[in-house]
Amino acid sequence: MHNLRRQSFPRRGALALGLAGLLVGTAACGGNSEDTGRDTGSAAQTGGTLVFGTSSDPVSMDGAYVSDGESLRVVRQLFETLVTTVPGGTEIEPLLATEYEPSNDGKTWTFTLRKGVKFHDGTAFDAKAVCFNFDRWYNFKGVQQSASVSYYWQTVFSGYANNEDPSLGQSLYQNCEVKGDQAVINLTSSSASFLSGLALASFSIASPTALQKFEADKVTGTGKEPRFEGTFGTKNPVGTGPFKLETFEPNNRLVLARFEDYWGDKAKLDKVILKPIADGPARRQALESGDIQGYDLVAPGDLTALRGAGFQILERPAFNVGYVGFNTAKAPLDNPKIRQAVAHALNREALVRAKYPPGAEVAKQFMPPSLFGYAKDVQAYPYDVAKAKALIAESGVTNPTVEFWYPTGVSRPYMPDPAANFQAFSADLTAAGFTVVPKSAPWNPDYLNTVDTGGTGLRLLGWTGDFGDPDNFIGTFFRTKQPAWGPLEESIYADLEAARSEPDEDKRTDLYEAVNKKIMAFLPGVPYVHTKPALAFAKGVQGYVPSPVSIEDFSKVSLPS
Amino acid sequence: MLKFAVRRLLLLIPILLGLSILVFLFVRALPGGPETALLGERSTPERAAAVRAAYGLDRPVYEQYASYMGRVAKLDFGVSIQTQQPVTEEIGRRFPATVELATMAILFAVVIGIPLGFVAGRRPSSWVDNLSTVGSLLGIAIPVFALGFLLKYLFAVKLGWLPGTGRQDVRITTEHPTGFYVLDGLLTGDLPAAWDALKHLVLPAVALGTIPLAIITRITRAAVLETGNEDYVRTAEAKGMTRSVVTRRHILRNALLPVVTIIGLQTGLLLSGAILTETVFAFGGMGSFMASALFTRDFPVIQGGILFLAVVFVVVNLLVDISYGFIDPRVRAS
Repeated sequence: MHNLRRQSFPRRGALALGLAGLLVGTAACGGNSEDTGRDTGSAAQTGGTLVFGTSSDPVSMDGAYVSDGESLRVVRQLFETLVTTVPGGTEIEPLLATEYEPSNDGKTWTFTLRKGVKFHDGTAFDAKAVCFNFDRWYNFKGVQQSASVSYYWQTVFSGYANNEDPSLGQSLYQNCEVKGDQAVINLTSSSASFLSGLALASFSIASPTALQKFEADKVTGTGKEPRFEGTFGTKNPVGTGPFKLETFEPNNRLVLARFEDYWGDKAKLDKVILKPIADGPARRQALESGDIQGYDLVAPGDLTALRGAGFQILERPAFNVGYVGFNTAKAPLDNPKIRQAVAHALNREALVRAKYPPGAEVAKQFMPPSLFGYAKDVQAYPYDVAKAKALIAESGVTNPTVEFWYPTGVSRPYMPDPAANFQAFSADLTAAGFTVVPKSAPWNPDYLNTVDTGGTGLRLLGWTGDFGDPDNFIGTFFRTKQPAWGPLEESIYADLEAARSEPDEDKRTDLYEAVNKKIMAFLPGVPYVHTKPALAFAKGVQGYVPSPVSIEDFSKVSLPS
Repeated sequence: MLKFAVRRLLLLIPILLGLSILVFLFVRALPGGPETALLGERSTPERAAAVRAAYGLDRPVYEQYASYMGRVAKLDFGVSIQTQQPVTEEIGRRFPATVELATMAILFAVVIGIPLGFVAGRRPSSWVDNLSTVGSLLGIAIPVFALGFLLKYLFAVKLGWLPGTGRQDVRITTEHPTGFYVLDGLLTGDLPAAWDALKHLVLPAVALGTIPLAIITRITRAAVLETGNEDYVRTAEAKGMTRSVVTRRHILRNALLPVVTIIGLQTGLLLSGAILTETVFAFGGMGSFMASALFTRDFPVIQGGILFLAVVFVVVNLLVDISYGFIDPRVRAS
């Protein structure tokens, strides 16, 4: 099912329509019928302008320089990557590459490229362009190597040609060779998560002509006071995507126009206008007043009212996890019986029912169920106060006291109200016989710093996935030793490293399933929720397919006639 | 008068110097830095340190300050950490929105507040006076964001009479040579665009102007009441001057001095940015920009923005002081 060798697919348009049809079909059968791509019965039209409310302007439209959602949303309309995810899912499918094949040792990847593709500036997309882009990223210098600038390169490839920061590791990327209509990417070691990573919009292929003409790499000033002088990312982004940039008026609007020479199914809309509206309630009112026809990041509290008023709510499949993390270096959490007692003491179902919007699921492991490698039969820790008390008695720890940390001044998709979660869980723990010492700190940066440096006992935290690979969840948490978690069972580190390096996707799935079981048996924390972030659209807007990894484009969207 | 203006402008130098030190230390005393705002839960100690180093935040504060002031002297406020654009460009882009909104709000407050306060002051305890008192108290008591949402809900969502988001319909394609959208429409001859921009100003200006309206009404009422009881007013009336001449020359002109001071102060405050109003109406001026910079610890924007707004505040108050000379010949003489 996940074997990636020699894959070849039809154009993504057909697949997207197939999946969209499947979604509509599923919706008609019940469940979240009104939530997923529903057809409101009104006929759709081709053409027109959709105004979509965003939370901010893009920082840059050069995908290599951004990792924030609003920038990546724009990049995904303008550019394309070699591979992408299936609409609404996390499985990889070709996009600018029609086929891809890893070598047996997993270190060489051959991408056969789609023919007849043009950039918005009329230049041809080919293997040279692919290698030009990879070499550009690999040779980033100075502030381009900052984690805030090229975060995803560091996440997937670690280092650069010349690392200026010694803490950066050796680059996974070695070089790129042009072989006719194929681009061959050589890696320094085997990494199966490399392919999933390539679906990130940060690895969009840009026109080499435009990159040079508009000085994408021109960073003046000193390393300490950098200035991005080029206009590629601010005024002249040139990709192969279904839309091209018409105009960007920061703080007012960003207008995308249909790219008429697009290689695939052309966009249905003439234009998409992205309107920045920072405030959530203001976005909702803008939708209600008709100023916009859709927006992202719908507040959980607005879902019912918007549905009631006839707006469409589209939920992204859960791709995050909220958890209570343990620092196993701190007593009494170094005692497995105590960790198990905590797990049995927490009434996760009640919390998710009471404090989260419909659609949120109780988590059983540290990654969402939609991802391959999710194990069906991990050790469960059902809510059972008596069992928690019994485990405390067995542990030999009398009057167990735990510091329980939660952040203030923050709301995350997996944790809309941290204080409410803390109160509920704290009461659960007290009922089971724990003495809870409440500890809080402002999210930015005190809380995160305390977590990173291992200063917390129990803590509320979570993660939203960047791309569809288990390594982006459990690999991020447990593949390396981290002070936040304390020491884990040694084999977990090794197993995760082996799973990451395994090129065969079926074997990787088995490895991740096995390590998920091991993690939940060891219990470095208690995952408790997966949530579904939502978008809202006006009646009759059709064709938007929410993706767990936010790989979503407007090309199939249409307005009611 | 010129000497006075120059002296006041020269005073800006120590004010800005002192303010720059305070702001510089203030932003660095805030918990958190731009690195965690940028990286969020993806922050690791190594990554955070690398970002701090990239933006020069690992250097001693005095060194950072000296380097910053060196650039400020050349009117270079640095580059926004969030948007990677020069702060001066960002301010230039947003300040016209703030000026437009503040002007409309203060116009709304003055045009209604002065006549209302005047009538209330001339007829104390009448129904107009009672109404203005209750209205003023309400105007001050209702939080701006609540009023903004209420106005938007009623006039934009329910009735659909007025737009409630942004400065202009985003579907309108027009030139913005000055950044003042109403003016731009007039200058380019695109009257529908100017009209649309004007309509977009109504609700935020009413929301923002309500507190100044209440204050101006109260101050005008008090000043008119006090002036109306002055001996020279009674003398003028006893001499047989017409009511309109007494009102215009003796009451209004004298009562206007404190009102002008208040208008000046309120204008200065409104120009400093209306965080809540701009946020509710997605107006995109200085207020929401500065608020977002504070949340993201965008040091160059906070520093540059506060210095810029301080200059605006001082200049507006200087203009108010100069206007005294036109209203009161005694000030001019002194």
